Amino acid sequence: MIQIQKTRRVEALTGNYAAAYAVKAADVDVIAVYPITPQTTIVEKLSEFVANGELNAELIHVESEHSALSAVVGASAAGARVFTATSSQGLELAHEILHIASAMRLPIVMAVPTRAISAPISIHNDYSDVMNARDTGWVIYIAASAQEVYDTIIQAYRVAETVNLPVMVAYDGFLISHTVEPVELNNEEEVRRFLPRSVRPYTLNPKRPVTMGPLASPDWYYEFKYQQVLAMKEAYKVVKDVDALYGEKFGRSYGVVETYKMEDAEYAIVTYGGAAFGNAKAAVDIARERGIAAGVVRVRLYRPFPTMDVLKVLEGVKALAVLDRAIMFGSPAEGPLYKDIATAMFMHGVDKPAVNVIHGIGQRTMYVEDMYKIYTMLRENPRKEVVFMGVRV
Amino acid sequence: MKVYFRTLKDLPREELFAPGHRMCAGCGAAIAMRWITKTIGPNAIIANATGCVEVTTTPYPETAWMHPYIHVAFENAAAVASGVEAAIKTLKRKGMWDAGDTKVVVIAGDGGTYDIGLQSLSGMLERRHGVLYILYDNEAYMNTGIQRSGSTPKYAWTTTTPVGTAVRGKIQWKKDIMGIVMAHRVPYAATASIAYILDMVNKIKTALEYTEEGPTFLHIYAPCVPGWRYPENKTVEIARLAVETGYFPLYEWDHGKLRLNPPSNNHLDKTKRKPLKEFLKLQGRFAHLTDEEIAELEEELDAYWQYLAKLQTL
Amino acid sequence: MSLPKATELPIGAVIPEPGSTRRNLTAGWRTLRPVIHDDRCIRCQLCWLYCPEGTIVERKGVFQVGNRTYDVKYEIVYDYCKGCGICANECPTKAIEMVPETP
Repeated sequence: MIQIQKTRRVEALTGNYAAAYAVKAADVDVIAVYPITPQTTIVEKLSEFVANGELNAELIHVESEHSALSAVVGASAAGARVFTATSSQGLELAHEILHIASAMRLPIVMAVPTRAISAPISIHNDYSDVMNARDTGWVIYIAASAQEVYDTIIQAYRVAETVNLPVMVAYDGFLISHTVEPVELNNEEEVRRFLPRSVRPYTLNPKRPVTMGPLASPDWYYEFKYQQVLAMKEAYKVVKDVDALYGEKFGRSYGVVETYKMEDAEYAIVTYGGAAFGNAKAAVDIARERGIAAGVVRVRLYRPFPTMDVLKVLEGVKALAVLDRAIMFGSPAEGPLYKDIATAMFMHGVDKPAVNVIHGIGQRTMYVEDMYKIYTMLRENPRKEVVFMGVRV
Repeated sequence: MKVYFRTLKDLPREELFAPGHRMCAGCGAAIAMRWITKTIGPNAIIANATGCVEVTTTPYPETAWMHPYIHVAFENAAAVASGVEAAIKTLKRKGMWDAGDTKVVVIAGDGGTYDIGLQSLSGMLERRHGVLYILYDNEAYMNTGIQRSGSTPKYAWTTTTPVGTAVRGKIQWKKDIMGIVMAHRVPYAATASIAYILDMVNKIKTALEYTEEGPTFLHIYAPCVPGWRYPENKTVEIARLAVETGYFPLYEWDHGKLRLNPPSNNHLDKTKRKPLKEFLKLQGRFAHLTDEEIAELEEELDAYWQYLAKLQTL
Repeated sequence: MSLPKATELPIGAVIPEPGSTRRNLTAGWRTLRPVIHDDRCIRCQLCWLYCPEGTIVERKGVFQVGNRTYDVKYEIVYDYCKGCGICANECPTKAIEMVPETP
């Protein structure tokens, strides 16, 4: 007898445990389990749920992350609701299958507590793993608190099953995944009503046999890739709709972009993730005390990129800094978010000084003081340049 | 094996593998695919690894498959099948599977099994998924134009083990995939040759039934016309000679007991095996072999048969 | 003839029609065609068994061949025969002859 939690309650949970509770609430069928820091406690918790009869799911203890993603591809193709989690090297190993999962239009949900990529090997948090996967055709959320992780994973299932695209929910490894916050857990029956089983366009079933994953010659390949482009555009609307609906049903919604004191801000930091956003908010308060009209923007939906929403919140800003926590070597500007924003600005005729600040690499501490310095820099010396902050040169 | 089909007249007539596919004329794997699909019956899902079979049978928008079929990548057919099997299990438990007792079958080549696919195969076997894994062995990476794999026999010519003055074909011996699978203590594993259809289909069906207990494995020998360099009408003849010379013995590993199947059960006695040369001489990939090299292959074959003989006593 | 648009195709490159390679006739591949001489055929079924294309079909009926009566006949459906000649090679009575397509 599977026990379902039928009441709302608040628990003190780490980001990872919040993810596990969300997966449990979503009545997932198949979970691929493979350990990698800092994701491991998600799958440990899920294993506990299954062992205690609280989650009716099949755990596949795969032998690598490549097989983890492959197994959930197979299970999703057969019509099951699936979940897996990975980080860093695991995400890199699974990379080949990331492209295949999105091209095969499978509604897989994957949690990625982010971690720096080797070499040198680092278990600590930065966003190089998720940024490396940003072109793979997955919808990507970057959550900033344990509560948001819980809510976003539930929303992710509805988004995935509506647009038939896989969804990644990323958040700070260690800084969010392993720190404890209060999380309000929903009534699981209500969550299941929020996530009804959709009729999938195609599944592997002997009653309706189809071939999945064929060979496409130059006469056909491009059309399928363009279908993915269209699906991503549709996903933008669906993400907003699902978030609004979730807000109505469960009382919490986040939008695609979160702002702090941006209404009258002249100088803004645009960033992602809990640690960067949190410390930037603290810096905003200090800056405002000292007379700088500062504000922060957090990008929550990273793919598809919410261009118009980002440009809108930056309208009144004189100069901005994009705080990136990943390095794209050899790029005109090394920060991935900066590249997206610069492109958005260029394409929409917005010309403002914008500095790309690279910080927090390999979980290098991003002091509130550093964030404050960004605001004074924007006021005194607004320019278009990449600044590597926090590194000993 | 259990005998489901006694004579040729008992074999299923309905074709579950459509013609019009792009496999070479005389392809050994095509014969295997025809009989695999017939024997597993319509209530099965096929997971296929990248390779000759996958590429020639699914040229968009056409497919030769009448079964629900999925291809994902080269090295993960076993992992994909593990996912499909787990999905069916859970969906059945939740009352959401409407197709009854659906079997899951992997079809992969030697490249996708011996080499790049070995890890996911091992994981699937260790986790005891109820999946039938069928290996069609053409002894090289044929789809990319005949490159050596872990399954290529010693001295065979391939494009990456060409025959020159310094090196004459593949240097290493063929990997013993059946030994690796048997080491996983699976309920059932067997070898088969496309020349012995009745033996092969009975094994396929036995292996399929045994998936109730755990993973099962079939190693099917499928000669390749361009890769082995022989005229296309000789495919079945070569597959038969492989068994008759003892090069590819027919045996099954059934719940821990090794049993040689006819005609291989007579071949423990070396005099009952046809000389290896009869198998080698028909194939251009062995045309360069000297008598010493053939003697070396025969010696290794004898050693392998002695090993099989010992295994039979366990 | 123009091919379908991205918005007209099934998503994810799924092929929903099983066995659709039947649309592709591979008859043009062959240079030799197999001809079954019925008077020599003993209905051993090996040609049907071994054809890689599965393009030899079994016909039930009453077939008089000399002083033998059979209830089956094996016929080659030439639409898909690639002319590999395995049937001729395996036939125990050499009832199948490989004849050039072009004289």
